[in-house]
Amino acid sequence: MFLGLYNYWIVVLLMMIGFYIVIAHGNLIKKLVGLTIFQTSVFIFYISVGMVERGSAPILAEGISDYSNPLPHVLILTAIVVGIATTALGLALAVRIKESYGSVEEDEIQRQDQLNEDKS
Amino acid sequence: MVIAIAIVRTRDLLAVVMLTGIYGLLSANFFVVLDAVDVAFTEASVGAGISGLLMLTAITMTGRKEAPRRHKPFLALFVVLVTGSMLIYGTMDMPYFGAVDAPVHQHVAPRYIHQSMEEVGVPNIVTAVLGSYRAFDTLGEVAVIFTAGIGVLSLLSLPRRRRAVKSDEATVEQMHERHMVLRIVSKVLIPFILLFALYVQFHGDFGPGGGFQAGVIFAAAIILYTMLFGLETAKKVFNPSIIQLLAAVGLLIYACVGVVSMLNGANFLDYNVLADDPVAGQHIGILLIELGVGITVAAVMLSIFFNFDGRRQAQQHCTEQKGEHDVSRTL
Repeated sequence: MFLGLYNYWIVVLLMMIGFYIVIAHGNLIKKLVGLTIFQTSVFIFYISVGMVERGSAPILAEGISDYSNPLPHVLILTAIVVGIATTALGLALAVRIKESYGSVEEDEIQRQDQLNEDKS
Repeated sequence: MVIAIAIVRTRDLLAVVMLTGIYGLLSANFFVVLDAVDVAFTEASVGAGISGLLMLTAITMTGRKEAPRRHKPFLALFVVLVTGSMLIYGTMDMPYFGAVDAPVHQHVAPRYIHQSMEEVGVPNIVTAVLGSYRAFDTLGEVAVIFTAGIGVLSLLSLPRRRRAVKSDEATVEQMHERHMVLRIVSKVLIPFILLFALYVQFHGDFGPGGGFQAGVIFAAAIILYTMLFGLETAKKVFNPSIIQLLAAVGLLIYACVGVVSMLNGANFLDYNVLADDPVAGQHIGILLIELGVGITVAAVMLSIFFNFDGRRQAQQHCTEQKGEHDVSRTL
């Protein structure tokens, strides 16, 4: 009965995997990978919402009357490129953190911060 | 799909990055199945290409191994399960997959589908929406990309140094000398990749493609060149400061198109007035802004990569020097 909703369940599954990586892993790079997965799940959500049964890709052609909804495609198309730009920013931050702390593990960074506070 | 992710959860970082590439490619396939060819194109070039590359470069700097897990994952698992089941409960009211009468398809989409041919005259509806109906959104997104590029630049760029030591350069040369076959083959390939990027750029009105994809592909070609011939050579060919300038120029072209149409008495980014015929005006407008998008995306991706790679080489250089010192001390 609910089988028509399976696309949302896949999305939720992917999203939760990404979410789990973000909150359960300490490594900053791994967290970014988790975020990427989360992000992609949102993309899939949008695209699958825009899908129309027996529709075709939204490029006008002779003899086709049903098209998928083009609006989600536009949004996600730009979102992917923006996503990679922000991921690059995150990676850059991770690199700088590695340089100043010598580690990209969350608890290690926190420990060092604690030490510095105790000293001052 | 799900399998790929299940593996992503459990491996060490290098494998994780490889798997992310596979995952990107798989989701691109998924998008093709869902009729989103433009999106699939972008995801294939970004998710499977550039993002993996950037992550690899980052990993060489931050270390490959993930520390063994110390905190207990049960709490996280619990949170995830609760959120997930709540989300699934939330989907119960959603329209079925592929339903034609879903609310999403009722509002603006019919207009885009039925009238874009008369109003914009571009067969690819995605391009029409991206470049014309929602051009303002796209301008914002290009600005975000530009800003992210500046962010990476300010985080990673190095103070301008004098030329690197000769011996160092010689070793780099040698290293690149070794991959003779690779170098020749890709030297042949690179022009075609660039040509393909241009095709994608200018054919975006008729088939899947457009400025975003073309920019990424263009950048990928140059990154390939950089990987094979070394950063120094690539920097000689593509001057980094010119690339940074180009990133700004692309955004500027985009905004200027908007201003020009304003000067002609229409709204910001309303291209109807750019030519005598509204449809021709739309064509010119879309072509110009796609050009701006392409330039900005390519330039930002390139400068991000150059900065990562430059940083990495500087670090390696430092550690090498340290190593030499240590050796001399022990001697």
